[in-house]
Amino acid sequence: MPDAALPVPTISAIDGAVHSPRPHESAHKHVSGEAVYIDDIAEPAGLLHVALGLSAKAHARVTALDLSRVRAAPGVAVVVTAADVPGVNDIGYMGKGDEPLFASDLVQHVGQPLFAVAAHTRDQARRAAALADVTYEDLPAILTIAAARDGERTLVTAPMTLTVGDSAAALAEAPRRLDGRLAVGGQEHFYLESQIALAIPGEDEEVLVHVSTQHPTEVQHIVAHILHVPNGAVTVEVRRMGGGFGGKETQANLFAACAALIAKKTGRAAKLRPDRDDDFQITGKRHDFEIDYAVGFTDEGLVTGVEMLFAARAGYAADLSGPVTDRALFHADNCYHYPAARLESLPLKTNTVSNTAFRGFGGPQGMVAAERVIDEIAFALGADPLTIRKRNFYGVEDRNLTPYHQIVADNIIPELVAELEADCGYWERRAAIRAHNARSRILKKGLALTPVKFGISFTATHYNQAGALVHVYTDGSVQVNHGGTEMGQGLHTKVAQIVAEEFQIDIAQVRPTATTTGKVPNTSATAASSGTDLNGKAAQNAARAIKERLAAFAAERWGVAADAVVFAPGRIQAGDQSMSFPELVRAAYMARVQLSATGFYKTPKIHWDRAAGRGTPFFYYAYGAACSEVTVDTLTGEYVVDRVDILHDCGRSLNPAIDKGQIEGGFVQGMGWLTMEELWWDGQGRLRTHAPSTYKIPACGDRPRVFNVRLLDNAPNREDSVFRSKAVGEPPFMLGMSVLHALSDAVASVADHRFCPQLDAPATPERVLATIGRLRARAAGV
Amino acid sequence: MRESLRFYLGDELREIRDVDPTLTVLDWLRLDQRRTGTKEGCAEGDCGACTVVVGRLDSDGALRYEAVNACIRFLATLDGCQLLTVEHLRGPDGALHPAQQAMVDCHGSQCGFCTPGFVLSLFALYLNEDRPGSERINDALAGNLCRCTGYEPIVQAARRMYELGDRAADRFADRAATAARLAALADADCLSVGAAGRRFLAPATADQFADLYAANPDATIVAGATDVGLWVTKFQRVLATVLYTGRVQELRRVVDRGDALEIGAGVTYRDAAAPIAALYPDFGELIRRIGAEQVRNVGTIGGNIANGSPIGDSPPALIALGASIRLRRGSERRVLPLEDFFLAYGQQDRRPGEFVEAILLPKPQPGERFRAYKIAKRFDQDISAVCGAFRLRLDADGRVADLRAAFGGMAGTPKRASGTEAALIGLPWTEANVRAAMTALRGDFTPLSDWRASAAYRSEVAANLLLKLYVETTDPDADTRLVGDRRLAHA
Ligand SMILES: Cc1cc2nc3c(=O)[nH]c(=O)nc-3n(C[C@H](O)[C@H](O)[C@H](O)COP(=O)(O)OP(=O)(O)OC[C@H]3O[C@@H](n4cnc5c(N)ncnc54)[C@H](O)[C@@H]3O)c2cc1C
Ligand code: FES
Ligand code: FES
Repeated sequence: MPDAALPVPTISAIDGAVHSPRPHESAHKHVSGEAVYIDDIAEPAGLLHVALGLSAKAHARVTALDLSRVRAAPGVAVVVTAADVPGVNDIGYMGKGDEPLFASDLVQHVGQPLFAVAAHTRDQARRAAALADVTYEDLPAILTIAAARDGERTLVTAPMTLTVGDSAAALAEAPRRLDGRLAVGGQEHFYLESQIALAIPGEDEEVLVHVSTQHPTEVQHIVAHILHVPNGAVTVEVRRMGGGFGGKETQANLFAACAALIAKKTGRAAKLRPDRDDDFQITGKRHDFEIDYAVGFTDEGLVTGVEMLFAARAGYAADLSGPVTDRALFHADNCYHYPAARLESLPLKTNTVSNTAFRGFGGPQGMVAAERVIDEIAFALGADPLTIRKRNFYGVEDRNLTPYHQIVADNIIPELVAELEADCGYWERRAAIRAHNARSRILKKGLALTPVKFGISFTATHYNQAGALVHVYTDGSVQVNHGGTEMGQGLHTKVAQIVAEEFQIDIAQVRPTATTTGKVPNTSATAASSGTDLNGKAAQNAARAIKERLAAFAAERWGVAADAVVFAPGRIQAGDQSMSFPELVRAAYMARVQLSATGFYKTPKIHWDRAAGRGTPFFYYAYGAACSEVTVDTLTGEYVVDRVDILHDCGRSLNPAIDKGQIEGGFVQGMGWLTMEELWWDGQGRLRTHAPSTYKIPACGDRPRVFNVRLLDNAPNREDSVFRSKAVGEPPFMLGMSVLHALSDAVASVADHRFCPQLDAPATPERVLATIGRLRARAAGV
Repeated sequence: MRESLRFYLGDELREIRDVDPTLTVLDWLRLDQRRTGTKEGCAEGDCGACTVVVGRLDSDGALRYEAVNACIRFLATLDGCQLLTVEHLRGPDGALHPAQQAMVDCHGSQCGFCTPGFVLSLFALYLNEDRPGSERINDALAGNLCRCTGYEPIVQAARRMYELGDRAADRFADRAATAARLAALADADCLSVGAAGRRFLAPATADQFADLYAANPDATIVAGATDVGLWVTKFQRVLATVLYTGRVQELRRVVDRGDALEIGAGVTYRDAAAPIAALYPDFGELIRRIGAEQVRNVGTIGGNIANGSPIGDSPPALIALGASIRLRRGSERRVLPLEDFFLAYGQQDRRPGEFVEAILLPKPQPGERFRAYKIAKRFDQDISAVCGAFRLRLDADGRVADLRAAFGGMAGTPKRASGTEAALIGLPWTEANVRAAMTALRGDFTPLSDWRASAAYRSEVAANLLLKLYVETTDPDADTRLVGDRRLAHA
């Protein structure tokens, strides 16, 4: 091919650079229905559809499992049970053996899979699954936190304790002390795309699994383990998920393993997409907690000591309950300095579905406890809760040691809150609301401003690594692949921006491709808000490796020093010599320069000693604050969110449009968790809110009527994160706490703000009305 | 009898002979046609991921475009309609439709799974209304759930699409041609399609309907299928014969009978809303809170009554207003006060082969006031924990001349609070008397506890609704409503 010189572009900036508000890389495909989710992949000929047969009992021995009617049902190709698992019948990521793919003689929660049936159509498989004849012998079931805590306290995994100072002495000596208990509910992820896996059998031991997962590597390990084949025989791929939120971190294992098992057994492709009701029953949720707290404080409202016991419903198996309850402790301080503290977790075993990761990963439950404690102090002193919050903030130079002995080195919460407080007119509105409430008999308003400080990094230090693979093709187009998964958070967009920025080419030239264990191995879950921090850096490193080779090549060709070569928008230049990027690439290819590179990144500085409860588990913190105003109907307990103002810290945002979307979406999801979203199990351990008809997430009309969201200006990450940005996936979720506290404030008005409402979550209209009733009775001295 | 189903998929005429009577539009699209743009999020009408737009001729022959849930709509109910899916929206040159482009511009998608459904709801809004206000946008989007965005950018897109496009020049704006095509499909024959011995019957006249049902009393009547659809998708019930009301224009009319409004049993919520709201504004508001747009576009009051549910929202309002229903079997008809229709939980006064033909809603008398309250965990698209409706008339001295109070969610059927009514009739309408009646109300019902609410909450709220009624009828300055038009409280 003739080496025809391409015109050298003279653009001053590339399209899609970092810090620009690029639309999501798939936006045009989302809106046209062309984005391919796993259920949209063209189906292989002879595909089998799989349905699961589920336990109807919370805790029972299975004395007989008669599947003859299932096998005989129309269209059925195969039925599998625990006996058909060639490898180890365990899908738990820790390999504890406590989470069988199929239960055999013992079932431990309603909805636990007992078998799977594959048929020609999904309808046939579902009908067949309903035909099993199972005989159970009931065993006593522990269905609530209270039953587990007040009973034998069986734990699914080892608990953790964090201590700083002498909390017992601090409480004993404190001028004032309050004790209480807070209940906070769980949450269903309600990703719009339910769990799904499509397994295609390959040669020898090989299998390819398309699965909606946040953690392809873990799925790979589990599938290999179930099939008893080497990891290398299993390839796991996902282009995008229709939402994850933590619910596809470990929960996809089951569906992938089951589909792969059937695919290998039959030699036919197999797809498992549970009905939404089954998805609700089979998969874990956010942990609900009951938290006992004691706080000692001064007459000025300064905390002197805190003790908290975090009793969590872990469900029947460990899954991620260990790290989740750990993270609850890590965030039980939120933004507040506890001079002395003792924080303990209790991951309790219950006969309910095994709870799992969910945006915030226990952090939100920890913070809710911190905010309750602050509220208690404020009411005890007759002070505005915001005053007490500010008084207890971590210091910048001092008062900055956390209960896990990390120094809060990048504290910006005092300024951030001061800015929001002024911007949103907190104090004027506080006065206006008091006046409104004095006038209005039935509808009462409430206002609250709550802060967030969220620690960024996996607390399992080894997870803080990532890999990427960048290919430059001879026409100058680029493919980037990395270990992170796209679930809507815009990770692929941000990574593409980073690569475009590095090469200084338009983002249209950079194509992110499906995540696959075949390209980048040994990846971590896309979780802990770390997707961009880790994979963005890895992709940057890969791009830089190629850039270095290209620069060396150009330097040689032009006879200049390599460091004189710069990547300018669309071109590469040194002095007055320049070449377009595609031309450079082609020339480099002809000169046999390698145009593909892997990149790797591991987070520096962090370490954690769990047994000692000491270390620096977090690379940095992300901060934010929200002020919410609500109106409550005191006759029915219903409410609306009138206005929300948010100021959030994204460092130097890689993409302000995407980050704003994370903040808004996270806020509404957090608000849903604390308000209308209620998981309701009946006395037999059956989840009765098992679909959107009964489990209500916020709808369009529930969003704040006025919603002002702003990213904190001029706030580059003090640590060397990718382009000084900060992680944004989880932290905004906890801004939803402001709604709970605004509701609490409105409720408190019925008794003249004399008593702390102790409003538990979810604050459904029913719970709000009950709390109003309780406060009124107390005020009346009943 | 016509033995093939005919409808337009976009501009393509489809004729289908063998069709499972309860095959859903969604399964047909995704499994049969492999048009996978339309998504399944729940298969029960609650998430809107499957939203498509259906064009149909209304009883005046005008073309209507309505957003509906494909997951619980049976394919055969599309007879005579046009079906539009997300795949139809790009222009001939591949350009995105304004409803799509606005979503891109406003960052309205994150994971994108809910997005085709939202786009179709926006598209329907764009076709039908020019620059709606915020409340209307909320209503138009209330049936679409998004777990990622928090909705704000989607609401912005609902405004932005009007900036991007010229509605008059829209490809779908020329309704005459489509209306003519659909009119050409209309006929007076009964449609009968099916497969494997099961049938879908869609008569074109009320007489055909009555005769067919009398002859096939085991057939399942289907109107909007917003209940029946779930029997199929969730309980996998096999329905042998389906008898569809949708093609019977007589059942789809609202007729003014002078002292009453006659609402055909097949009239959708959407079509019933305006005439009912004109008489009883607060009933209109209650209808606005039933399901969401996609459900109201197909769901019927007839179905809400005939399903016998104790938690349906229209029966309490209708009972409080003294409505009756007309039942028909063959050519036999009888009229029954609605409250007498509900005999016990799961049991109604309806004989084999007899169907609900119409609802008779009396017009308001001078001095009457009507209020309805729906209490649920969520304002939009949620089933009531309690639904309370009151018709109150005071005499010249401020005494209660008449009160009818009816509740849903408080007993095995929608039921009047007779003790409460008796406790107030004849007494001055004062807070003290109302409070005494609130105690009586607790004697009227022993509600159940379930996932929607505890018995205690239901009892307390039901009583408080009486107090709310009192405040709304006595204190014109009191704010009592969180949603809807504030003026409704003091109408
Ligand atoms: C997402 C969603 C939200 C909902 N929200 C609400 C809500 O807020 N409030 C509420 O009350 N309901 C709600 N529902 C329930 C349902 O929409 C209503 O009950 C609706 O009125 C049913 O009407 P339909 O025309 O769809 O009935 P169908 O499903 O077609 O029929 C319902 C029943 O009535 C029978 N039937 C229908 N028409 C006749 C007739 N003319 N004569 C005799 N029998 C007949 C059918 O055989 C069936 O038994 C909701 C449903 C869904 C899916
Ligand atoms: S799939 Fe959820 S409404 Fe149809
Ligand atoms: S964009 Fe993910 S559910 Fe709406």
